Amino acid sequence: MIDSILKEYNTTALEEVTVWFKAAEISKFPKNGGACVKYKEKQIAVFNFTRQGKWYACQNLCPHKLEMVLSRGMIGEDVGIPKIACPLHKNTFSLETGENLNGTLPAIATYPIKVEDDFVYIGFSE
Amino acid sequence: MKTVIVVGNGMVGYKFCEKFIAKVKSKNYKLIVFGEEPRPAYDRVHLSEFFENQDAKALEMAPAEWYAENGIDLMVGERVADINRKYKKITTASNQEYRYDYLVLATGSSAFVPPIKGVEKEGVFVYRTIEDLEGMLAYAAELKIRNPKAKAAILGGGLLGLEAGKAVMDMGLEPHVVEFAPKLMPRQLDARSSQVLQLKLESIGLHIHLSKATNQILGDKAITGMEFGEDDVLDVEMLIISAGIRPRDELGKSSGLEMGVRGGIVVNNKMQTSDESIYAIGEIALYHQMIYGLVAPGYEMATVAVDQILENSETVMVDEVDMSTKLKLIGVDVASFGEPFMPASKGHSIIFENKTQYLYKRINVSLDGKKLLGGILVGDATDYHMLHQIYLNGMPVPEDPSQLILPTSEGGASFGSVMDLPDTAVVCSCEAVTKGQLCCAVKDDGYETMKDIAKATKATTGCGGCKPMVTDLINETLKSLGKVVKERICEHFEYSRQELYDIVKMKHIQDYDELLDTHGNGNGCEICKPVAASIFASIFNETANKQDTIQDSNDRFLANIQRNGTYSVVPRVAGGEISPKQMIAMGRIAQKYDLYTKITGGQRIDMFGAKLHELPFIWEELIAEGFETGQAYGKSLRTVKSCVGSTWCRYGMDESVSFAIAIENRYKGIRSPHKFKGGVSGCIRECAEARGKDFGFIAVEGGWNIYICGNGGANPKHAVLLAEKVDNETAIKYVDRFLMYYIQTAQPLMRTATWLEKLEGGIDYVKNVVINDCLGIADQLDKEMQFLVDTYKCEWKEAVENPEIRAKYTHFVNSEEEDENIEFVSLRDQKMPTPWV
Repeated sequence: MIDSILKEYNTTALEEVTVWFKAAEISKFPKNGGACVKYKEKQIAVFNFTRQGKWYACQNLCPHKLEMVLSRGMIGEDVGIPKIACPLHKNTFSLETGENLNGTLPAIATYPIKVEDDFVYIGFSE
Repeated sequence: MKTVIVVGNGMVGYKFCEKFIAKVKSKNYKLIVFGEEPRPAYDRVHLSEFFENQDAKALEMAPAEWYAENGIDLMVGERVADINRKYKKITTASNQEYRYDYLVLATGSSAFVPPIKGVEKEGVFVYRTIEDLEGMLAYAAELKIRNPKAKAAILGGGLLGLEAGKAVMDMGLEPHVVEFAPKLMPRQLDARSSQVLQLKLESIGLHIHLSKATNQILGDKAITGMEFGEDDVLDVEMLIISAGIRPRDELGKSSGLEMGVRGGIVVNNKMQTSDESIYAIGEIALYHQMIYGLVAPGYEMATVAVDQILENSETVMVDEVDMSTKLKLIGVDVASFGEPFMPASKGHSIIFENKTQYLYKRINVSLDGKKLLGGILVGDATDYHMLHQIYLNGMPVPEDPSQLILPTSEGGASFGSVMDLPDTAVVCSCEAVTKGQLCCAVKDDGYETMKDIAKATKATTGCGGCKPMVTDLINETLKSLGKVVKERICEHFEYSRQELYDIVKMKHIQDYDELLDTHGNGNGCEICKPVAASIFASIFNETANKQDTIQDSNDRFLANIQRNGTYSVVPRVAGGEISPKQMIAMGRIAQKYDLYTKITGGQRIDMFGAKLHELPFIWEELIAEGFETGQAYGKSLRTVKSCVGSTWCRYGMDESVSFAIAIENRYKGIRSPHKFKGGVSGCIRECAEARGKDFGFIAVEGGWNIYICGNGGANPKHAVLLAEKVDNETAIKYVDRFLMYYIQTAQPLMRTATWLEKLEGGIDYVKNVVINDCLGIADQLDKEMQFLVDTYKCEWKEAVENPEIRAKYTHFVNSEEEDENIEFVSLRDQKMPTPWV
């Protein structure tokens, strides 16, 4: 059943965005850490990369064992690529392309994100 | 397009496919595979693991999808019944016909069943396929209900037979191994090493019967025993036959290929049979009059066949197949290489035997003492890789060859350096990477890290057994280039943990970002963040709540994340002493939140299955009942295990429980490079297993004996003696200093046992620092430890009382809903997460 959930998450490019979902106030997201946002049936991990002044959004589902945990992982950088490390087995994924950086797992879906008037918005195409 | 048909989907058949698709990138070839068994190829070498987890999927070489993804047609449960060589086609048992250009026979072997009277009786099995195992499991389960003390025999004391012995033991039956020869593993071991192995196996509960020829199998319908001689009977209710293999060569016979006298299809060094479009590999191939029942030669044959079919004619099978093996048999290392048994006329043998430790080492050297010809290792095969390399490459042997196997005073056998290997030496046998290639990758291509080397050469990416050797090679090569091999935490900090520790302490830096800005570079990662967090905690005793996003996953939420993203809750139960009132309180809370409960190895209670948002509520209730955090999630003190001691025990020499409670409360909350555990035993019977801990106290006449740097885990180590017969106060003082010294000097995630191993001077040096104060830092260590003890606070109390910290315990930031993907199934009146697929 959860296999089909994996297919629910597809990388969305900025130009494909049709809906900007107003997720939560920026104060809800820890500095240099992540939290999880619910959008319809989806779970989106949002990361507040304060050190770089950047925000990232990706699926909360780790493709390794299909658990909804990525938002609780640690963020960091691998030779300049911003990344998220899954809290379960420390598989790391690029927050820009979603690619698995330390193995051969499938890439995770990433989503456009913007901040306006102290609110975080995530872009979806559906 | 050419069609290649592979008959047989075992380990070797699979390897053929893997090598084939790796080499063929064009669409000029079609690969069709037939397997007789109902599932894709699995790892038969590790078949006995099936009894531990009964997970056939875990043994798979590759899932069924892999074949489809690579354009291979896999037909399982389909036997090939006939070959028509004239028209180059095969017919399956279900009467389907397929044409081939090349045919690869990899049908392997079946178990040989000796013609003993009564083998057809119920309860007699062969040990070969997962279906065989399933049959055994079902039979054993019924047997145990009728007779919980039932015995089962294994016919055959070879490699596979002993594996089957382990399987029988795991099924809960009393295992008896019956061997016709006067020794175990007759093909690999000599008589003396067989005796050592036998002693070891008997010590773990295997019964061994040698030189037994079975006359008949007793019983009416089902087996009740085995008869060897007139009055020589073994009562068993189950029998597993593992008396060798027979090649499955029917297809070769029926299609008129050239066969060996005792079976097997004759092949040349291209793996071609007498029909040049038909190849045979693995256990049906008769090469130089021999069948090779090991997986490594089978893989080599697969590689040769692939290259030959793709017309790379240089690749041929070596003349002398290396039958060296190293395996872990029921937890016992057994290895043999080259010529394990050598006649005295050909050379000299050097034998080291120590039955008290179940150790046996034998090497055979040439008469002139210059070459290593072969050898046997039982009990400890850590030297195997190096000895095997010396043998394979004909490297010179030291003047006194006994140095190769005798323990030296530094605690290791003396081989020169890995750099002494010739460039042609194959270091990674899975990917066939030589020492020369590895050194080139460092010297010429400029790779310096294990990660880059693995990417560039593929070395270490197979079984990983060569990792230590590859690491040494990289480091030694870098050194030879004049590069300093520097320990550094990660790409963001050019310092070792100890250096960073000193920086934080001297400069009083308390903030991760500040540390990164002033002494690091970039934006940090999941390696350096927890290291910094641990250092801050060890120096300033700040809790994990303060800088929560640099904490390791578990520390961030003060709980251990479990398989399905739920958490476990472990309150401290110091020394394992718990009152009925506390137990009732814990039980009530666990019941209220529907948590799975289990007693841990550290004498406390673990409650599993708490959802993130429930954690503060559960802890609020526990704290109200007088509990505090057990730090089971932290790289910090876990527990101090105790036996009941002189308060109750009639043998007790001292109050081990009282002492354990005092110690646990002293060190609770202290963060360190890795987790650490303690134990206190009231007498030398050592019921608290204190010598398996990072620090342990054992009461003796006249005080406590202190042991340090033991651990269980992947590499169990007994703790070593630090001081004898000391009073409570001195015992605490020494352990204070030892722990503080370890905390300051260890590398990240290094347990005390490894720390001691790497510490120059070893235990004598620790004694000098801790007892004789040779560095003059004892006062400082005492003060630093006392600061940590005095400033302890329960971080869960801090968390539930602070609304800001509490706010993070929610699955969604924009919804009160729970994570609907968390699923549980029931398990023995409790629950567990739905298993992973």
